[in-house]
Amino acid sequence: MSWNTPVSSRRRAYGIGARLLLWLGAGICCGLLVFLVGYILFKGIPGLSWAFLTGRDSVLRGTNGILPALLNTLYVILLSLAIVLPLGVGAAVYLTEYAKNRRLAGLIEFAAETLAGIPSILYALAGVIVFCTALGLQKTLLAGSLTLAVMTFPTVLRSTQESLKTVPRAYREGALALGAGPWRAIRTVVLPASLDGIVTGCVLAAGRVVGETAVLMYTAGLSTAMQNFTSLRGLARSSGATLTVAMYVYAKERADFEAAFAAAAVLLLLTALINLAALWTGRRLRR
Amino acid sequence: MKKSERVMGAVFLLCGLAAVGFVLALTLYLVVSGLPAIREIGLTEFLLGRTWDSTGEPEPRFGILPMILASVYGTAGALLIGGPVGFFTALFLAKAAPPRLAAVVRPAVSLLAGIPSVVYGLVGMTVLVPALRSWLDLPAGDSLLAAILVLAVMILPPVIALAEAALAAVPREYEEASLALGATEAETWLRVTVPAARSGVAAALVLGVGRAIGEAMAILMVAGNVANMPSLLSSVRFLTTGVAIEMNYAAPGSLQRQALFSIGLVLFLFIMLINALLTLVLKGGREARS
Repeated sequence: MSWNTPVSSRRRAYGIGARLLLWLGAGICCGLLVFLVGYILFKGIPGLSWAFLTGRDSVLRGTNGILPALLNTLYVILLSLAIVLPLGVGAAVYLTEYAKNRRLAGLIEFAAETLAGIPSILYALAGVIVFCTALGLQKTLLAGSLTLAVMTFPTVLRSTQESLKTVPRAYREGALALGAGPWRAIRTVVLPASLDGIVTGCVLAAGRVVGETAVLMYTAGLSTAMQNFTSLRGLARSSGATLTVAMYVYAKERADFEAAFAAAAVLLLLTALINLAALWTGRRLRR
Repeated sequence: MKKSERVMGAVFLLCGLAAVGFVLALTLYLVVSGLPAIREIGLTEFLLGRTWDSTGEPEPRFGILPMILASVYGTAGALLIGGPVGFFTALFLAKAAPPRLAAVVRPAVSLLAGIPSVVYGLVGMTVLVPALRSWLDLPAGDSLLAAILVLAVMILPPVIALAEAALAAVPREYEEASLALGATEAETWLRVTVPAARSGVAAALVLGVGRAIGEAMAILMVAGNVANMPSLLSSVRFLTTGVAIEMNYAAPGSLQRQALFSIGLVLFLFIMLINALLTLVLKGGREARS
């Protein structure tokens, strides 16, 4: 655009300076990511072995193993999703399909936004007060999963809501015209059409659960011992560390940085995988 | 109407109301558990006391001024460093970046957001803290400065995402008008696009503040956690880490444990203030545009 207006050298310097700052900002971000990922993999991969992934901590043999932590993580993901999925999807359905009262809908959306803005350490406190103490669950994986279900509620709600909004009105009208009630229309037409958002919401929620530490440290415990996963009673009563908590314990309480970095490398791979899965489900199911 | 239809309508309403119920329960429990210790210690002594010594003999002291100040300074520092970097990156992604490069940088930023906070803490304590100790010749590198640097990195992804969305939403016509009047591209971005998106950019920074003040695990690992009156190179304890560090050790029912709930209540009030500010900023922007 500068073919006819000569730009003064001062203005040209301004332009170059501005561009430099923008590129610098982006460069810093990318540099940070490359450094963080590179450093963690560099320090973590030597410590990774089949025994580390499938074994347990043993002071006697001097070995570390994250199998209990991995199983705890999986268990907490499944349990919290099982709780939050119906709640979050139900709330989203109410907001997009049923709500006629604008003020009530506004109140619910405001509440969800508030929940999304509360930091995890406060969820940890509330979890300790409500689930561990008032409801008498003690420090268990169940108490941790319940707290995380509340924490991830806005994530699932938002994602489902976005996707419900993209379902064409004509789908609903068609179902209603054929004599279906609202619930039947939702069950047979609207929800299947918004499956992408629901799945993406679940994947995002799982990502938050995998990355969460503070909540689980105080509501689910620090034990890296193997839990009894075969009996239902044992599960609700057992307390244990997920992978992030185990990593924290290795680094901060035991100063075993080799194990901590190996666990961090696994965490990084897990979160990258979940990120990719969220992208993929979002694209794939939309078609 | 069939019975199942009516039942399901009620079920969905209940799911929606659950959000409201969660917020009310959370607020109620935090307030109810936070108040007894404040009443026992005294509000001014609690908020303005300069000494935190919860297990002190014979008389424990519960002053959280050091933690409040550490949280405020830490957040301000993180915003001062992370804010500009995030802002420039957002502007880069929204305007200056060649599309192919933006397609690489954007996922990189979202990957940065996906890294768990304990992993930031681990790298902070094994790289940053020793580096600060040797560069600045300190007895220990665990410090407010280390926490500020870690927080500055951690607030980047949310700040960038929200600011980029705001910048990208500025109507193309504004920029075309500016270019047609002879402004260069850089002048257009900084003097037309950014002012037009200022409420969104401000909201992004407020969101960053909320993130920084609420972060616990990463700074628990790099800040040293001694409840000193904060200074840049000394060990500090934040509101979040104040709760976190003693939570697993305080005996149930003790004044120490109740005081931790009170710290949580103070933090909750800070967060609510920031949330209100965020709503206000966003609403102000919407009204200014319409």
